[in-house]
Amino acid sequence: MKVLAVATILSLAVSLVVDRRKTIEGVRRAARMFLNVLPSLLTVLVLVAVFLALVPPERLEKILGIGSGPTGYALAAAIGSIALIPGFAAYPLCGLLIQNGVSYGIIAVFITTLMMVGVLTLPVESKFFGLRIALWRNLLSLAGALLIGFIMGIFL
Amino acid sequence: MNDKKPLGRWNWRSMVVQYGLSLLFLVFIAWSHTFGFVPGQAIGRSFTLFVLEMAAFLPFMFVLVGLFDIWVPKEKVMRHVGKGSGILGTMWVILLVMLQAGPLSGAFPVAAMLWKKGCTPFNVFVYLGAFSALKIPMLTFEVGFLGWKFSLLRTLFSLPVFILIAAVIDRSFRAAPFVMKQPEQSNYKATI
Repeated sequence: MKVLAVATILSLAVSLVVDRRKTIEGVRRAARMFLNVLPSLLTVLVLVAVFLALVPPERLEKILGIGSGPTGYALAAAIGSIALIPGFAAYPLCGLLIQNGVSYGIIAVFITTLMMVGVLTLPVESKFFGLRIALWRNLLSLAGALLIGFIMGIFL
Repeated sequence: MNDKKPLGRWNWRSMVVQYGLSLLFLVFIAWSHTFGFVPGQAIGRSFTLFVLEMAAFLPFMFVLVGLFDIWVPKEKVMRHVGKGSGILGTMWVILLVMLQAGPLSGAFPVAAMLWKKGCTPFNVFVYLGAFSALKIPMLTFEVGFLGWKFSLLRTLFSLPVFILIAAVIDRSFRAAPFVMKQPEQSNYKATI
């Protein structure tokens, strides 16, 4: 993670030299984004801490690990399609899941469905595109997410 | 990301709702320590570990995303979107996606606006598809938490899959045309 720290400090320095006012506004925006995501992030971390205590890593690996098969993918797709977790909170969650033995393919399915398939946002979406297209877009995206997950599972 | 909530103005009721579970959790951990509930103490320790891990690099990520947001002019890209059809139009749409963040529900108003600006149905659905894979602020987080290899492979595989999906929806468009519209209620206003 040293790369990230160095990249950020360098960008911040360059930005400060070029335009101080803009830099301050950028940092303010960062703080605002962080405060917006903080409640969901903390909630996710609480849930993961409790969840990992109830389901030890060995069990989790069995359910969502490399050898878990179709059940793991189906579970990840279902949760990803329904849950409304902001991306800024979802990635830390995925990082923790990977550390505890969840396979990369399943994480890919979860992330992709989380961002592409929205069961709860379907009413909103059909206001824009009509129910027919909204349904098709979600169904095709679900299939696409599973496909991406399977391919990722082969490579990682 | 486009939330214009000012800093430093607290709405206590919404704070309690948002942080409710975390507060309850804090009480539970304090209780576990007072009464010697060992599993509770272990949960508290792993939570502290998670928080420290996040605190180590989340500030860097958010500052990077904030700087990106302020320096990269989305408005300029917006001006080009919808003009070109074919591969050029698709490329502008993908470029626009890369500059964005936020949930998919925030992408619908933008998609409707693209449609109004004369984007082809194909490009509108490429926009929605690319939204899952190519947002640079999100990629910062993805690389940070899941690594370069994961990010690169997912982007590489996602792109053709979602271009294919856009093509399929585009086909069904021709069979039974419909109108894409901005809903009357403006609580889903396009924010760029």
